[in-house]
Amino acid sequence: MTLKDIAFKNLRRRKAKAGFILAGILIGVATMVTLISLIQAMTHDINHKLEKYGANILIVPKTESLSLTYGGLAVGGVSFEMQEIQEKDLARIKTIKNAANVAAVGPMVLGVIEVAGHRVLLAGIDFQAAKILKPWWKVQGSNPGDTGILLGMDAARVLNLKPGSPLKVNNRALTVSGILESTGSQDDQLVFTRLDTAQAIFGKQGRISMAEVAALCNACPIDDMVQQISGILPGAKVMAIQQVVKSRMETLQHFLKFSYAVSIIVLLVGGLMVLVSMMGSVRERTGEIGIWRAIGFRRSHVIRIVLLEAGTISALAGIFGYLIGLGATKIAVKFLSQGDVLVPFDPQLAAGAFALAVLIGLASSIYPAMLAARLDPNEALRSI
Amino acid sequence: MSYITAENLVKIYGQGEAAVTALRGVSFGLESGDFISIMGESGSGKSTMLSIMGALNTPSSGRFLVEDIDVYTLKQEQRADFRREFVGFIFQSFNLIPYLTVVENVMLPLTTLSIKSSKKRVLALDALSRVGLSKKADRLPSQISGGEQERVAIARAIVNQPPMLLADEPTGNLDSKTGAEIMDLLRQLNDQGMTVIMVTHNLECARYARRLLRMTDGMMHEEDPVNLIAQAECLTGQVGVALKVAGGAA
Ligand SMILES: Nc1ncnc2c1ncn2[C@@H]1O[C@H](COP(=O)(O)OP(=O)(O)OP(=O)(O)O)[C@@H](O)[C@H]1O
Ligand SMILES: [Mg+2]
Repeated sequence: MTLKDIAFKNLRRRKAKAGFILAGILIGVATMVTLISLIQAMTHDINHKLEKYGANILIVPKTESLSLTYGGLAVGGVSFEMQEIQEKDLARIKTIKNAANVAAVGPMVLGVIEVAGHRVLLAGIDFQAAKILKPWWKVQGSNPGDTGILLGMDAARVLNLKPGSPLKVNNRALTVSGILESTGSQDDQLVFTRLDTAQAIFGKQGRISMAEVAALCNACPIDDMVQQISGILPGAKVMAIQQVVKSRMETLQHFLKFSYAVSIIVLLVGGLMVLVSMMGSVRERTGEIGIWRAIGFRRSHVIRIVLLEAGTISALAGIFGYLIGLGATKIAVKFLSQGDVLVPFDPQLAAGAFALAVLIGLASSIYPAMLAARLDPNEALRSI
Repeated sequence: MSYITAENLVKIYGQGEAAVTALRGVSFGLESGDFISIMGESGSGKSTMLSIMGALNTPSSGRFLVEDIDVYTLKQEQRADFRREFVGFIFQSFNLIPYLTVVENVMLPLTTLSIKSSKKRVLALDALSRVGLSKKADRLPSQISGGEQERVAIARAIVNQPPMLLADEPTGNLDSKTGAEIMDLLRQLNDQGMTVIMVTHNLECARYARRLLRMTDGMMHEEDPVNLIAQAECLTGQVGVALKVAGGAA
């Protein structure tokens, strides 16, 4: 028989009351765990999908003239002072500090060709890198070989060509290997060949017009990587395309803050519930506390019994709150996203939920425990 | 100096208009091994006196000493320790904890001691056998009779062998036969050396004591057993009872 036994036996006797206190903390913890792990799962998911957003850094030549296009409308004028980028210089990107975050580097050479009386923009690209840089590309037919050419949807329509059709470019015989399904971007109006083929057509061996880079994570510092690449390619202008991903991450960050706020409120309400129930229970047990004190229990013993009870309930609430929160997340994730998003087990969140539950349970029981300990034993006995 | 000494104890409950003076300067000395019966009208201050002797109720002035320990100069927690070591309480309403079994109730005073649980149980069962309740050790208080509950309370009061046993109307809620059994038990404990101090209205009970004290309106004085005879006659009209009282007190 120890103080612990008294606490446990009392809890077992007052199951309804204990259950009520348990529910107060459990709801708080479960809410917090659900919200936080939901955000974690979604962040994880975005990180995972980030590759699918393609290139997010552009490398273009530095130019001394100002752009003469506006809203896609070219007003004329070509910048002759362009310093062209050497293809071999791109290899140096592998040496930057964050090289591990570089998923793909796609060089591109651009030039205008004439096909059946139409002026078309021809892009020579690395089709291997394009898989990562433009993951949304769907090709009818196949990617071009040495003498192949891939047509954008609009280009194919205007030029009236199909896979297999032959065509001549600057006296070079090429064959249409495939047609790019509509992408809704400028790519629809371009025609593509392999980089070396295009370089040969334009006489620009070893030189490129621009390059696209895909950097892999959301947390990795895109701005830092832009700086690093600028450092090793002094002649080029390096720009970050900070698009969709960034804003989505920002939304999640806002949601995270909101979740913290909601969790704190729910936990506070839970704490208040514990406080009120423990006060009631102390009042109910006045006579019992009088007996303990008359028998020779110290004030600290009474405090220990009350806190042991609160601690036990809140520890249980912490464990079950975490498990319920995790379950709720798994269900919520199914409704919120079609794909299978993984809900990872986060030991930090588990430990945090447990610790927070116990902390709240104990904190809101300190005052009732003091109240119990301060009871005048003589008065307490008279209450029986 | 006596084993237990009360020096000019005054107790005033409340303040101002509502103040009630329960003790008006009580002094006495008791020896170790005494069996005292405190009698007196309702409201005369008997329970107040007993709770002060049990280190439960701080007097407004005066001193209370046991074995040269000035009880009310002790700090709160030390006074709790004093209660555990020196005092066994038996109350009128039996004051058992309803969710603990009989033997667990008896173990309560041992709870805070650092001895093995199995040893605590042995001590509790031993105390229970002294009150003749070993067989009902694992019942809940609600599953035994009132007299048995009182005996459990006595077992709990003696389990850690305190030198003083304080009983406030221990037979108040019992029929006369069961009450007599309880009194026999207290007498036995007293014979084994325990100092017993008992508050009672019951003259039948009072005759078990070796010494009688009477409280009147917050004052304490020694009771002459002869007075008891007269009262007993008055109350019962039976000379036999009065003779018994006189014999018991002599
Ligand atoms: N906690 C208290 N607060 C205020 N007044 C009290 C308190 N305890 C006792 N009293 C008052 O002090 C006086 C003595 O009370 P006490 O309980 O000591 O009497 P008693 O002799 O035990 O009476 P009874 O035989 O009815 O038990 C009474 O007037 C009572 O109302
Ligand atoms: Mg009384």
